[in-house]
Amino acid sequence: MSMSLVAASLAAAPSGGEKLPAPHIEYGQLAPMLIVFGAAVAGVLVEAFVGRRTRYYVQVPLAAVGLVAGFAWTIALAARDKPFHAAAMGAIGVDGPTLFVQGTILVLALVSLLLIAERQQGHFTAQAAALPGTEAEQEAEQLATAAGITQTEVFPLMMFAVGGMLMFPASNDLLTMFVALEIMSLPLYLLCGLARRRRLLSQEAAVKYFLLGAFSSAFFLYGTALLYGYAGSVRLSDIADQLSKDAGSETLMLAGLALLSVGLLFKIGAVPFHMWKPDVYQGAPTPITALMASCTLVAAFGALMRVYYVGFETLKWDWRPFMWGVAILTMVAGAVIAITQTDLKRLLAYSSVAHAGFLLTGMIAVTRDGLAGTLFYLVAYGFTTVGAFAVITMVRDAGGEAAHLSRWAGLGKRSPVVAGVFAFFLLAFAGIPLTSGFTGKFAVFKAAVEGHATPLVVVGVLSSAVAAFFYVRVIVVMFFSEPEADGPTVVAGPATAAAVALGVTATVVLGVLPQPMLDLAGHAATQMFVR
Amino acid sequence: MTDFPWLTVLIALPAVGALLVGVLPRENEALAKQAALAISVVEAVLAIVMTTAFKVGGDRFQFTEKYWWIKSFGVHWAVGVDGVALVLVLLSVILVPLVVIASWDEAGRSGGTDTPPKRSVKTYFALLLALEAMMVGVFAATDVFLFYVFFEAMLIPVYFLIGSYGGPQRSYAAVKFLLYSLLGGLLMLVAVVWLYPLSQDKLGHGTFMFDELRTMHVDGMTAKWLFLGFFVAFAIKAPMVPVHTWLPDAAAQSPAGALVLVVGVLDKVGTYGMLRFCLELFPGAAKWATPVVLALAVISIVYGAVLAIGQVDLKRLVAYTSVSHFGFIVLGIFAMTTQGQSGATLYMVNHGFSTGALFLLVGFMIARRRSARIDAFGGVQKVAPVLAGTFLVAGLSGLSLPGLSTFVSELMVLIGTFSRHRVPAVLAASGIVLAAIYILWTYQRTMGGPARDEVKGMPDLTVREKLAVAPIIAIIVAMGLFPQPVLKAINPSVQQGLARVDVRDPAPKINGNVAENGARP
Repeated sequence: MSMSLVAASLAAAPSGGEKLPAPHIEYGQLAPMLIVFGAAVAGVLVEAFVGRRTRYYVQVPLAAVGLVAGFAWTIALAARDKPFHAAAMGAIGVDGPTLFVQGTILVLALVSLLLIAERQQGHFTAQAAALPGTEAEQEAEQLATAAGITQTEVFPLMMFAVGGMLMFPASNDLLTMFVALEIMSLPLYLLCGLARRRRLLSQEAAVKYFLLGAFSSAFFLYGTALLYGYAGSVRLSDIADQLSKDAGSETLMLAGLALLSVGLLFKIGAVPFHMWKPDVYQGAPTPITALMASCTLVAAFGALMRVYYVGFETLKWDWRPFMWGVAILTMVAGAVIAITQTDLKRLLAYSSVAHAGFLLTGMIAVTRDGLAGTLFYLVAYGFTTVGAFAVITMVRDAGGEAAHLSRWAGLGKRSPVVAGVFAFFLLAFAGIPLTSGFTGKFAVFKAAVEGHATPLVVVGVLSSAVAAFFYVRVIVVMFFSEPEADGPTVVAGPATAAAVALGVTATVVLGVLPQPMLDLAGHAATQMFVR
Repeated sequence: MTDFPWLTVLIALPAVGALLVGVLPRENEALAKQAALAISVVEAVLAIVMTTAFKVGGDRFQFTEKYWWIKSFGVHWAVGVDGVALVLVLLSVILVPLVVIASWDEAGRSGGTDTPPKRSVKTYFALLLALEAMMVGVFAATDVFLFYVFFEAMLIPVYFLIGSYGGPQRSYAAVKFLLYSLLGGLLMLVAVVWLYPLSQDKLGHGTFMFDELRTMHVDGMTAKWLFLGFFVAFAIKAPMVPVHTWLPDAAAQSPAGALVLVVGVLDKVGTYGMLRFCLELFPGAAKWATPVVLALAVISIVYGAVLAIGQVDLKRLVAYTSVSHFGFIVLGIFAMTTQGQSGATLYMVNHGFSTGALFLLVGFMIARRRSARIDAFGGVQKVAPVLAGTFLVAGLSGLSLPGLSTFVSELMVLIGTFSRHRVPAVLAASGIVLAAIYILWTYQRTMGGPARDEVKGMPDLTVREKLAVAPIIAIIVAMGLFPQPVLKAINPSVQQGLARVDVRDPAPKINGNVAENGARP
């Protein structure tokens, strides 16, 4: 948090006098973030001072309480008469869409926490520093198993990441946003490398994510610098003002916006900045994949929308054609490449790419309906995707998760309930009516048609049809093939089962009775992002 | 009684029944079957009681209900039936219990010739009931969005019915079925989504209600695109040449019981949708497309029939005859005469029953011989006269023998078409000749001649099987002799729909006479 304050004060006082004026901070409005960061810091202290055996029992409740308290505070903020406010000297926007996004992140993080905290299947390595395959690793593993110790550093790391995610879409100036981006990403890079099984794959994923992520951050920062050159400020509202004045160097502005967009589109995994997604999703421990696929996507979309809606709304005739192209590429490439995947986690990664494309169609509309539709889609997709990854953690064989598609053959006969639930999630991804996926797709497509983007919707439905093919292929494998003799077993820990149940419930409710959530999203979008 | 939520109950009962049957213990197969039968019989009785309350000549849509469902999208839970929808609902709910009876022993085995593994019996019946709920829903929906929801959701139970209980190539067939239907459905989704802003534009408020949308004047390119969005989906569903190729595959692999519903009812959603949505929502565009549609219909009639003649697999054969028959139905609809459209609607019902009977009988034959090939049979009428006899009746109905149900509808379609489009009508008539060939030749090869050795031990229909087929045969005969009650229910709806089509673009002179005279054949 302190970094963002520095950013805020820098933005507020560019003169750089000897005495930094004390910034005015509305602690009450920033409380959800502060609580989560506080829980993360407390988690670090727990790591230092609490005994190894009891750490798990302290860390899990601590993280859960942090998330729940943050969520409760978010609700309280949203329920006030006038929640629209730019806090911390305008560095943090507290408004309807942001609170909605933050609430979504907190709930999804809580569901992901259920997966991360699952002890029946150790998802995390005992000692990440040990080289894979060496004696040191085996030793650490054996020691940990013998002592009944679980890796607990993941909890504070995760909380830091979630705190960053909360701040990312709330940042009203680009520097704060960059700091949030880093707070969010750095723990995630680390978490990706902590998988207990297939250590090399996991480490590869971490390094790849780190390098590409650092690269994209550099793009973001460079874009910020150019925009500062254009507007003389990193505040989104100042940039918007400058745009409406039609002054300054257009070259700087366009180049800045382009570079900034690269950084943001990387985070949502839009084509052509999607390369990291399949590798990272596959290599990371599956609970972390679930966290990234739901919460990070939500946060990144929140930030993307804030930048485009607040900073560059007047410029929408310029960026829209570009975003059209990105959306089309993302939908088509995501759906087509997914067809050839044989690993379920990679498959869901490409499916996530395609869904980012669908989300972009809603975001491009730049209307209230588009915003509300996108927000609803994020909730719907988030729950379904966490549930789907939770199911993947349950299907295991001797080598850990049996994520290869062929291993799932005949799962429908072996454990009909688990296979049925996964099939249901896949149908939701495919957008079959009476699931949340359909409602979400309808919401964004409707907004797109109203925004005169019908060709985009046509591309959207065609790639949905392509996408349906690979979702259906998984169902074929699960239900219409005979089980292998040495097929995987289904291990359902209580926490994982709870996460799956939540995912199913949300997917059904948002599909059959979506009106309350649509109302909420619509209400959140009554005023756009605060400037 | 008029306030009773008939249609909601008719949709909810099998849906709840499906859940119930689904959670029954897996071992107790008998209970699952009995529960499914009981629910489907109650459903049929309810629907028949509802029919007695239907006032012919009253409001077009009756038993209507309307509640907000998703207010943000302007979507209602709105149901109601006119004469056309009513007879199709009846067709569905009458076929389901018969299918349950017919599938009594077959459900546990997957079809085909191999020795198949054991399947979950209760799931089969749960899927049948889920399908029934969606079939009633799709015909009863008077909100376009709701219609779409049922239209798409319906695919899922069918997909699992074919994929889990079908023949050796079942997963290929199931995926092909699903992808074809999904592609069509998604194109329709664009049109459905488009309707909302359009209605905002034209009516002042966004809506998906059918009776409001039909008052909307859409023309130009917008109407044509929207029409195509709906039409392609329905053409795939129906199915028409050239998007028919999923049907023979699905038919060959599907279990006989599910197949009756797929071809007998599900495919009718396509033709029903053309009649209801394509024509009434976009009358101008429908006229614009008529020449092409008529050409495709004639091609379907002739091509389907010719392919049927060449088949060696009984299920594929019946599937191709359906392609031919759907050609007739589409022809009748797009002839845009009362006679043609009433005939087409009647045809939908008749085809449902006669093809349903054929598929059931073929299913019984396959269960006996473990083969669907025509040359696996021969001389069946000597050892199983009842089976052969009912097959002949159902077949003759398929080739439009006077006195059996399909005759009336086919004649009406042809006369209705001829009064406006002579050439297509004449060409379509050749379909009748071809029908005689494929039915009679098939009968001759499977039932006639000396009994083959393998066939000699073949048992005749059991009591259960007779129970499944007899009602259909009775209906086929009854509808052949007295089609009037059904036509009376259908005619007013068709006339209202047609009035909508002609309101804006007066048709050629001859139409006026036909529309007036054609009402009572």
